[in-house]
Amino acid sequence: MSNTLKVNTMADYIAAGKSPEILFWIGCAGSFDDRAKKITKAFVKILNSINVDFAVLGKEESCSGDPAKRAGNEFLFQMQAVSNIEILNSYDIKTIVTTCPHCFNTLKNEYPSLGGNYKVYHHTQFLKSLLNEGRLKIKGGSYKGKKITYHDPCYLGRANNEYEAPRDLIHKLEAELIEMKRCKKDGLCCGAGGAQMFKDAEKGNKEINIERTEDVKETKAEIVATGCPFCNTMLTDGAKTIEEERKISVMDISELIANAQEL
Amino acid sequence: MSYLPNITFFLILFLSLGYFISNFIKLRRNINLGIDLDIDLSVNRKQRWANMAKIALGQSKMVRRPIVGALHVIVYVGFIIINIELLEIVIDGLIGTHRVFSGMGVFYGFLIASFEILAVLVLIAVSVFWIRRNIIKVKRFFENSMKGWPKLDADLILYFEIILMSLFLLMNTTDVAFQNMNNGNIVSGYIYPLFENYSVEALHMMERTFWWMHIIGVLLFLNYLYFSKHLHILLAFPNTFYASLENKGMMGNLKSVTKEVNLMLNDSSTDQEENFEENSNEMMKFGASDVSDLNWLQLLNAYSCTECGRCTSVCPANITGKKLSPRKIMMNTRDRLEEVSRNIDKNKGSFVNDGKKLIDDYISREELWACTSCNACVEECPISIDPLSIILDMRRYLVMEEASAPAELNNMMSNIENNGAPWPYNQMDRLNWKDESL
Repeated sequence: MSNTLKVNTMADYIAAGKSPEILFWIGCAGSFDDRAKKITKAFVKILNSINVDFAVLGKEESCSGDPAKRAGNEFLFQMQAVSNIEILNSYDIKTIVTTCPHCFNTLKNEYPSLGGNYKVYHHTQFLKSLLNEGRLKIKGGSYKGKKITYHDPCYLGRANNEYEAPRDLIHKLEAELIEMKRCKKDGLCCGAGGAQMFKDAEKGNKEINIERTEDVKETKAEIVATGCPFCNTMLTDGAKTIEEERKISVMDISELIANAQEL
Repeated sequence: MSYLPNITFFLILFLSLGYFISNFIKLRRNINLGIDLDIDLSVNRKQRWANMAKIALGQSKMVRRPIVGALHVIVYVGFIIINIELLEIVIDGLIGTHRVFSGMGVFYGFLIASFEILAVLVLIAVSVFWIRRNIIKVKRFFENSMKGWPKLDADLILYFEIILMSLFLLMNTTDVAFQNMNNGNIVSGYIYPLFENYSVEALHMMERTFWWMHIIGVLLFLNYLYFSKHLHILLAFPNTFYASLENKGMMGNLKSVTKEVNLMLNDSSTDQEENFEENSNEMMKFGASDVSDLNWLQLLNAYSCTECGRCTSVCPANITGKKLSPRKIMMNTRDRLEEVSRNIDKNKGSFVNDGKKLIDDYISREELWACTSCNACVEECPISIDPLSIILDMRRYLVMEEASAPAELNNMMSNIENNGAPWPYNQMDRLNWKDESL
């Protein structure tokens, strides 16, 4: 596999007179956060490896507005949404795939009434559909038989009722999926949602990400998989704080798949 | 003279139903203090009925905690079925008959037998509830906001139920004619031996006393509802019917903001800006600082809450010791709404500013900012209450009306405004990752 990633912008596509199958909405974390950029790359590697025709907005992408909305700034949210919708509609975008459940939720549920109507998928849902269509093949590789637990991002799970796609992908890795005591509908938040990612927590007796990392620890899994860059950060910090002799690694599902296929 | 009991019964029934209805009208008025909410009932009507049937009638979410869930189902089924007996009691009371339905023979026996069995099951379930609250002291019943009236209210409901069920059984036990019929006295038949030594006259006196105490107790309980968390036995139904059918993650877009955003983006001429200024001066208020800024469904939610605390027990902020408790948000909303209601009553139908509001006087900012919007509380509520929507509406008020978000959030928001990301990175660098080696 070559190391260079094939990533074209919508502007490139228009210039070539073509339109892509999907728009990959990267999100701010996936664009700027060092840990999340790895998730972005892993997902792109998968798409490249099976020649999925996708475009990104590149410099034309901007924050979906989710953190502003959850912080209470509806003005800023709608300003962001309306200008994003203008760009998306000008490119006649039909299908959006994103690696961030917060962008996913906002684009899917909150953009339509502002004029942005798209089919929006979380990347685990999209990978699952590629798998179903036979375009994507997943083998377990180094994860075969490994103990993996899965942390449900609130904005994918409870917020949008997607619990199975990520789990189905983990099963395809031939890994042993161990559920935490709080999972699916009862999953515990990592602590980052509702704009908490950007501020210190209120006074309490514990950090939420520690509480959650302890759930992970209890499963004795080596890997905790998730599908959200913010959950990833929170759990990574949690794992560092707990400082176990046995290291817990926090991985996005797209990273697991890319690694297993040795991409 | 012989009509005295009938007249007394009629008066008691009339007065208690009258008082109940007047409180119900007040309840409706208070809920309608909330702002409008577009719910299009013409679409998804079936889905709404199905939700009500499944969640309120079928108690599907109660049994997610199987043991207490099952006990609750017993009390609930007991409550509904035993109330069939009330029909007979009311007819007897009004026209002076005694067990007017007993002519139904075997079927009557079957009915009364099932009521008696249910009464015993309810007694057992309610006793377990009392033990959970007063001996085991289940943690979620003991946060600060549960002190005082909420604790007393919860216990009073249990005492009411114990007394009513006991009176029902005693009333049957001491009814000599009913015992002699030996049709349906499946439980009371076993209690009867304790009373065997009393004279028929004494037993008759007892039976009448228990009968009157039972029906008066039922009517008192009915009128107690308005003042109690027990209101959920009625409001759970509309509450589950009107609950949002959208994905939980969807936070509605404020239409008033959409209007202003459109004006800002589309029209830059001074004319339009003046227009915009005028429009925004028209008592436009963003977000909620008091109950009258919430929508009626949020207020219905507050009246429907039975303070079980399942929401709080799954709230990540609460679990980790923060002040936020979704149940307290609902209780505070109802308390403030009741305060506003008393104010309106006192001031001949219109609210006179009392210098208080829901925010600060009831709900602190610290609570509001501790929420992660994870929807665990919404998911957990057995009757589809949405505490999150109230929290977010109050944040909207804090940010858009007061500009008083925590400093870090202001930084995040100005980053989004300036460079399209919550962090201070240049929008032009969004694709840099492509060529970086990580």
